[in-house]
Amino acid sequence: MAAPLSFYIHVPYCVKRCGYCDFNTYTPSELNGDLTSVSAGYVDQLIKESTFAKSRINQEIQTIFIGGGTPTLLDPKELARIITHLKENFGFSQNIEITIEANPDSVNSEKLEKLRGIGINRISFGMQSSVSHVLKVLDRTHNPENVANSVTSAKAAGFDEINLDLIYGTPGESISNWKSSIDTVLSLPVSHISAYALILEEGTKLANQVKRGEYQVPDDAETAEKYLIADKSFSAQGFNWYELSNWAKPGSECKHNLAYWKGDNWWGLGPGAHSHINGERFWNIKHPKSYAEALSNGSAIAGSEILSVEEMESERIMLEIRLPSGIEKASLKSAQIEKLTEFLEGGELNPDSWREGRIALTPNGRLVADRIVRKILF
Amino acid sequence: MPAINLAKAPQPASTNPAQIRNFCIIAHIDHGKSTLADRMLQITEVVESRNMREQYLDRMDIERERGITIKSQAVRLPWKSGIDGKEYILNMIDTPGHVDFTYEVSRSLAACEGAILLVDCAQGIEAQTLANLYLAMENNLTIIPVLNKIDLPAAQPEKFAEELAKLIGCKPEDCLRVSGKTGAGVEELLDQIVAQIPAPVGDASAPARALIFDSVYDTYRGVVTYVRVVDGHLSTKDQIQMISTGARHEMLEVGVISPEPVASKGLGVGEVGYLITGVKDVRQSRVGDTVTNYNKPAREALAGYKDPKPMVFSGLYPIDGAEYPLLREALDKLQLNDAALVYEPETSAALGFGFRCGFLGLLHMEIVRERLEREAGLSLISTAPNVVYRVVQDDGKELIVTNPSEYPEAKISQVFEPIVRATILSPTEFIGSIMELCQDRRGILLGMDYLSEDRVEIRYTLPLGEIVFDFFDNLKSRTRGYASLDYEPTGEAEADLVKVDILLQGEQVDAFSAIVHKEKAYAYGVMMTQKLRELIPRQQFEVPIQAAIGSRIIARENIRAIRKDVLAKCYGGDITRKRKLLEKQKEGKKRMKMVGKVEVPQEAFIAALATNADPEKSKK
Repeated sequence: MAAPLSFYIHVPYCVKRCGYCDFNTYTPSELNGDLTSVSAGYVDQLIKESTFAKSRINQEIQTIFIGGGTPTLLDPKELARIITHLKENFGFSQNIEITIEANPDSVNSEKLEKLRGIGINRISFGMQSSVSHVLKVLDRTHNPENVANSVTSAKAAGFDEINLDLIYGTPGESISNWKSSIDTVLSLPVSHISAYALILEEGTKLANQVKRGEYQVPDDAETAEKYLIADKSFSAQGFNWYELSNWAKPGSECKHNLAYWKGDNWWGLGPGAHSHINGERFWNIKHPKSYAEALSNGSAIAGSEILSVEEMESERIMLEIRLPSGIEKASLKSAQIEKLTEFLEGGELNPDSWREGRIALTPNGRLVADRIVRKILF
Repeated sequence: MPAINLAKAPQPASTNPAQIRNFCIIAHIDHGKSTLADRMLQITEVVESRNMREQYLDRMDIERERGITIKSQAVRLPWKSGIDGKEYILNMIDTPGHVDFTYEVSRSLAACEGAILLVDCAQGIEAQTLANLYLAMENNLTIIPVLNKIDLPAAQPEKFAEELAKLIGCKPEDCLRVSGKTGAGVEELLDQIVAQIPAPVGDASAPARALIFDSVYDTYRGVVTYVRVVDGHLSTKDQIQMISTGARHEMLEVGVISPEPVASKGLGVGEVGYLITGVKDVRQSRVGDTVTNYNKPAREALAGYKDPKPMVFSGLYPIDGAEYPLLREALDKLQLNDAALVYEPETSAALGFGFRCGFLGLLHMEIVRERLEREAGLSLISTAPNVVYRVVQDDGKELIVTNPSEYPEAKISQVFEPIVRATILSPTEFIGSIMELCQDRRGILLGMDYLSEDRVEIRYTLPLGEIVFDFFDNLKSRTRGYASLDYEPTGEAEADLVKVDILLQGEQVDAFSAIVHKEKAYAYGVMMTQKLRELIPRQQFEVPIQAAIGSRIIARENIRAIRKDVLAKCYGGDITRKRKLLEKQKEGKKRMKMVGKVEVPQEAFIAALATNADPEKSKK
């Protein structure tokens, strides 16, 4: 049986770039125009690429994730065109999950109803924090109060699956700041929470500000502490941990993201998007203009790699360890398992799972997941 | 032209000593000795212009690149004097230019009757040149002062002529002025060598005695021994004997260098040339030893023979443990050509298998290390250099310690450390700063002389252990690079020394142990623990770094545990990126050494052990 197929749709536009963001996204001014002119014909390009995709893989779609950038900058009618096209050309599975990312400031009730109306059934808001000074460091423009409004409106519009994204470990964020963000999230009718430790990506505005000493990165012990606080608080409210940075109400896990972690097939449409189809990884040209040009000549693929057995094994281990099910012990060599006993003794591996033949992380273990992966691999 | 056709020039073994002049050139690195030698080779026509290349006599790549001469050589130059019109043989004996090779220099000097004191007239005389000059004067050599690089715009011949005149007691106008680069004044210099330097004197009928002033291993020919015949005669038919060892060798070839080796019938009184005996190891043909005729041996050796004594020790370890056999091979090979290099295997808990090596000094150490890396393609870690300590224990037993980890823990009644007499030449404005440095290094001022209005010679007694650490760099930075340094061993002195150990998570790291003066122990401990805190990456547990004397902790730093070692986001494109990072980390892991449970990157060892005591840098 072929691995299930997912689509990621990238929308590489933002009104403004946030200080911590290194995603492949562009502001209209960076592309010399206004949003309407730069995004005109974009969905046509996505449709063209999906036709190319069909020549490579032709099966029913399980999940679609529309991310960015800021996908809600596109008119819902435009989004409907690509969704319909995919449905007509590949077919949708019965329980298809279609997610869209949204900025709390870029939606209102009317728009949310339209999005729900075109078949999107899951929405993910970039909340990041409920604390103004933290949002300011992150260079986010939204008013923290809009988050509650957006969630309520989404719920009213018929979205049952609502996610909030949080970032912790931002310069200037105290433990109590973080707790108040958690409390805010838990007071809202959401089904899913993602919480990410801030990553300072080279070249971003925020990384440069830190380099210049304008901001102090919090100590990693404090950031670890925040993770543990979040895990405890979310679990206490019925959100189960199901991937390193993700918690969900039972049955509300994001199927699309699970596809990444389980090594399913997924195709990324749009500039810079990555795909993984049957052990081959490839990625598109990054800049929207070059992407469009290349696509008009046939393919926008910039590079690819066919994973060796060893590489597949590395990926399997580094992805599986992020999940509560962990890694099956029987899939590892005895020497590899031997090396892990120190983590078992150190409280980083779950002893119950270990007895049941699985290598699964405890909350403390999740904080050092990469070290454990390294231990297994070399 | 005063050059003579080689074939018509007086031939080896039949040259009248009265026609011979043996001389060397005393000069500081980069004062232009090799360039002057090049011009002499050209002007005397022993090298045809089309075959000429720069630094003709410096054979090893490393010499040419660093601009220094490690191995001396002797070149036979025929010359027709422009003064008396007679034909002469000038033997130019090249001397190594560095403090570490003082003994070799002294043997080269002993093979000469005269020396050219060559000074860059834009820079003036330097400490090492001065040391060699004094050595030459002690050997009663005739000194010809020569100012080089007169073509340079920055040349100050008047100023430095006065300095030289003062030093050697001549008149400023006696200083010759040449340019090795353009050749100006070089012919006159050759004439003055003939006129001023005495001809060698020896007893042609006495049993043969020849001084070995250099000994070089050649892959094809075995050891090539350079000699100066003092008495008697050496010929191809002879069996020869080394007086110090009594070893007998067949003579396979005798010859002169002109400037390529040319075999001859023999060598007579006052002549300089080479011998090949089939010996494969320079230790069997040692510099300073006397060669005589086995069948008609001389009773008395020529004066001044000394066994080379290593003064500075350091552990050399291959970064890749698998290269240990290669390191051994490379050292064995190097020793064929370097009688002063000693080594024995040692094991370090932190660095694995390696060798404890003894060197004449810091430059010698640098050169050996560089040759091992270059010629054998090895990557090495060297431990901080240390000197030799003589430890007298309470029960009267004596220990010679060349490795800090062998230093006894207790029951020490006395410790002796090597002492040197250091000479520093510097512009006068830095006197205060230099004295401060020397005082801080437990120096005792011996005296101070003004070479000229603005240059001074400062003499100190200093423990060698204080110099091998980072003295050169300090001196250099305090004097903006103007000061130069020379030192010679003068014996040993009792000192209040302790061993400072460094512990990582309670585990002693032998490579970081050091023997230091009691008053410096704390500073060393603080410096080393702080350095290591910066260099060692955080681990999954807290790593205390301690400095200890015996069981007493004198300094402590902490490397905090990493609490978070995980990438928060791992979607789509992140996966490839993350896997590539893992592959990179896998490579990095190979360069980690385990100290107990602590992973220490090789770079941390290298950086922590760096003393910044590269003697080369200090002389620029």
